[in-house]
Amino acid sequence: MFSLRDKQLADDIVLQITKAKVHLRFMHVCGTHQDTLVKHGLDALLQNCGVEIGQGPGCPVCVTTTKEIEEILLLAKQGKTIATFGDMTRVPGASSSLQQMRAEGCDIRTVYSIEDALNFAENHEDKEVVFMAVGFETTAPTTASVLLQDPPSNFSVLCCHRLIPPALHAILQMGELKIDGFIEPGHVSTIIGVKPYESLSKQYHIPQVIAGFEPLDLLMAVWMLVRQIQQGKAEVENEYVRAVKPAGNRKAQQILEQVFEPVDVKWRGFPVIPRSGLRVRRKFDSYDARKKYEDALEPLAHEEFTEPVGCLCGEVLRGLISSQQCPLFGHACTPENPVGPCMVSSEGNCHILYRYMKK
Amino acid sequence: MDYGSGTKRKANVSLVQVKVGDYVLVHAGFAIQVLDEKEAQETLALFKEMLSLQEEDR
Repeated sequence: MFSLRDKQLADDIVLQITKAKVHLRFMHVCGTHQDTLVKHGLDALLQNCGVEIGQGPGCPVCVTTTKEIEEILLLAKQGKTIATFGDMTRVPGASSSLQQMRAEGCDIRTVYSIEDALNFAENHEDKEVVFMAVGFETTAPTTASVLLQDPPSNFSVLCCHRLIPPALHAILQMGELKIDGFIEPGHVSTIIGVKPYESLSKQYHIPQVIAGFEPLDLLMAVWMLVRQIQQGKAEVENEYVRAVKPAGNRKAQQILEQVFEPVDVKWRGFPVIPRSGLRVRRKFDSYDARKKYEDALEPLAHEEFTEPVGCLCGEVLRGLISSQQCPLFGHACTPENPVGPCMVSSEGNCHILYRYMKK
Repeated sequence: MDYGSGTKRKANVSLVQVKVGDYVLVHAGFAIQVLDEKEAQETLALFKEMLSLQEEDR
């Protein structure tokens, strides 16, 4: 069986990083990377070698805004059947959460895939089914693929898809944090390939390495970043060659292009980031819940929402603080009673740290 | 799609060009990439080679 957990090799990589005698801070933007780092104790191990790694805005559920949650809650209240991924149902909005609305009698369905929502709509022609589509470039093609399959007219999507490279630009442009390198998300990169990251390295002279999700993948990625810095380079390297082709998944890219167009959107904890979201193209208006239910959603059109009192998810998502620095962490905010989304999602930094009891 | 450990579930393959017997990466019910078995097997060898190059640099 193929395995990337060779201890000797891990020791060799750590030795090389230690020998480099560096003091660096890297950012990754992926909940699964954070899980691997914390679960295997790599965060502490690397800290001892002078490398700090923190999670940025790399949890799709976490960066979904309160306003988007309020939109779906409003549609649920009006009797639509809502289908979405499990984590999303538990994130509190300003007024309630999908889970709470289910307890109050609304029709909320947890699905594993958008196809489950589509199947439900096909089998229940009397119900209006709205799929809340969250996720980055990895998930967006699944939504696009379904919209191209000619879904029934009782099916629509509330599109909340977002794109990673514009968010990386935003982080560097905001300049709140010194970042010496990015570890780029493996599965987003299987779709987009290497090229979309290149302008970032050129513009900000920052090294980047696309990494897989095994412990050795991440150690290797860190060492590749360290080596670039030692050599004064700022390039995009690909550690995850077994899954990420230089050009990405062209078929998925074409499908994305056919169905969506980029749009300026707000991310939780961030201002509006130019061209960082995806909007359903006009041709598919009848499947765009924001168009289909424009009148129903009108009350929210000009509403702005603030974060829950005391919640520092925004600062966590920008990498400014670690979850444990939030006064609510593990006390007022736990996975059972989450205040903010980072404690809800299995990809959220707070949930991951809480799960492995790093209080 | 056989996920190993006895888990089998239907997956949508509209995003990839795939044939029976291939290994794929599955995300939210869709195969998003065909994995290159040879590349996977060579990853460890590549790591070792890169580390030994570093030794020679010094």
